[in-house]
Amino acid sequence: MYSAKVMEHFQNPRNVGEIEDADGVGEIGNPVCGDIMKLYIKVKDGRIIEAKFKTFGCGAAIATSSMVTELVKGKTLEEAKKISRNTVAEALDGLPPIKMHCSNLAADALQKAIEDYKNKRNAKDQK
Amino acid sequence: MRKIYLDHAATTPVRSEVLETMLPYFNEKFGNASSIHGFGRDAKVALEEAREKVAKILDASSSEIFFTGGGTESDNLAIKGTALANRKKGKHVITSKIEHHAILESCKFLEKEGLEVSYLPVDSKGLVDPEDLKKAIRGDTILVSIMYVNNEVGIIQPIEELCKIAKDRGIYFHTDAVQAMGKIAVDVQKLNVDMLAMSGHKIYGPKGVGAIYIRKGVRIIPLSHGGQHERSRRAGTENVPAIIGFAKALELVNKELESQNKHQKNLTKAFYKRLIESIPHMILHGDLNRRIPNTLNLSFKGVEGESVILSLDTKGVAVASGSACTSGTLEPSHVLSAMGIDPAIAQGAIRFSFGRDNTMQDVEYVAGILPEIVQRLRSISPLYAKKE
Repeated sequence: MYSAKVMEHFQNPRNVGEIEDADGVGEIGNPVCGDIMKLYIKVKDGRIIEAKFKTFGCGAAIATSSMVTELVKGKTLEEAKKISRNTVAEALDGLPPIKMHCSNLAADALQKAIEDYKNKRNAKDQK
Repeated sequence: MRKIYLDHAATTPVRSEVLETMLPYFNEKFGNASSIHGFGRDAKVALEEAREKVAKILDASSSEIFFTGGGTESDNLAIKGTALANRKKGKHVITSKIEHHAILESCKFLEKEGLEVSYLPVDSKGLVDPEDLKKAIRGDTILVSIMYVNNEVGIIQPIEELCKIAKDRGIYFHTDAVQAMGKIAVDVQKLNVDMLAMSGHKIYGPKGVGAIYIRKGVRIIPLSHGGQHERSRRAGTENVPAIIGFAKALELVNKELESQNKHQKNLTKAFYKRLIESIPHMILHGDLNRRIPNTLNLSFKGVEGESVILSLDTKGVAVASGSACTSGTLEPSHVLSAMGIDPAIAQGAIRFSFGRDNTMQDVEYVAGILPEIVQRLRSISPLYAKKE
């Protein structure tokens, strides 16, 4: 039911972990199925230079988390904002229809992390 | 790669003795059991022998055994067939929250038809409290249906006691015994149930066949119409090879009940002991003692179920999960929810169900690889960050 790429990312997830001095953190949970994902980003000169994640969820949730951290690395914030659930699913050679919510989770966590980064920066600017 | 099957609660392989018994009835003795010529008579004789065999094992009369297309159909017939036949008597049905969907969805259907259904709770160990049943009974209750053994956690319900409560008040009692057959001795007289559903493929028989015991005198209407088959309870040409396979499987599993119980209990106990020693923060679901010998339902804190299944699958091990992600509904297990299990823990529930072909080597192998799998998934999980 999963593509080879999903299984590959599930078995060897990239960028697992936390970033202690992260510039942005996005945490998102799916209240229906209980999945939880935490995504950390490090930003320098408007680019995401590092991304890490921790995920409690199914194979697709872990694979999409892993894929998102790969996709955002080196991207400008503007480019990263365009990453959607479809971008992630396509990069994994597709997901079973019922699992599309899982990839939603990863992309949403990324958008939250970017938002968090911007809020933090705005707060800093105001000081 | 080594392959280990620990999902016998989902289905079992057809035993070679069963398959052998079935084979002639596909071609050599292919007759329609309703035909009066020799071909038909051969099939009819075999069909009635199978019925007799099943009846004897259950301590029923052969006229009370009806073959169906499986456990789900048997449950549908029991619930809808009796509720709709007895509408004039009342419109209230009682079941439990942890039933198989064959029962729950049949009850939902009845609700749409204007009947009322009460869903009894269970305690944290997965048991229905007979006092709750007493309280739920109304003047217009016509049917009580409680499963014998739960398919997810393997807990055995006090059916005799529950049944007595219903029968003392003149209410029909049905039990879904799909997971009980082959694990506990089932005697319909001792239980005193009015109906009892069985399935072939859970007892090393073929898929697509089951049976229902319907006590003489129970008012029930058929769900399929079109012939006099199965004493007009189930229209459609009998699946003779499958029925013969079912009866043979039941006979064998019943004969080996004691030895297999011992064998499978040993495996389950050894497996559980090994895991307790090697995996911290493991949770067993359901009462430890009131369970069938082959099934364990475990959660590993901080880990989701499907990811465990996938990890074990890549190593050739087949297990099942109560995780939302594997049920196709995105809802966590209704059984574990009813037991009051925290959703994040229920999400991680894994069902291990051993079978007659499993060995102590299988136990060693799976217990050997599981700690590493759990540890790896915990290292990815945000819910298990600072516990080690």
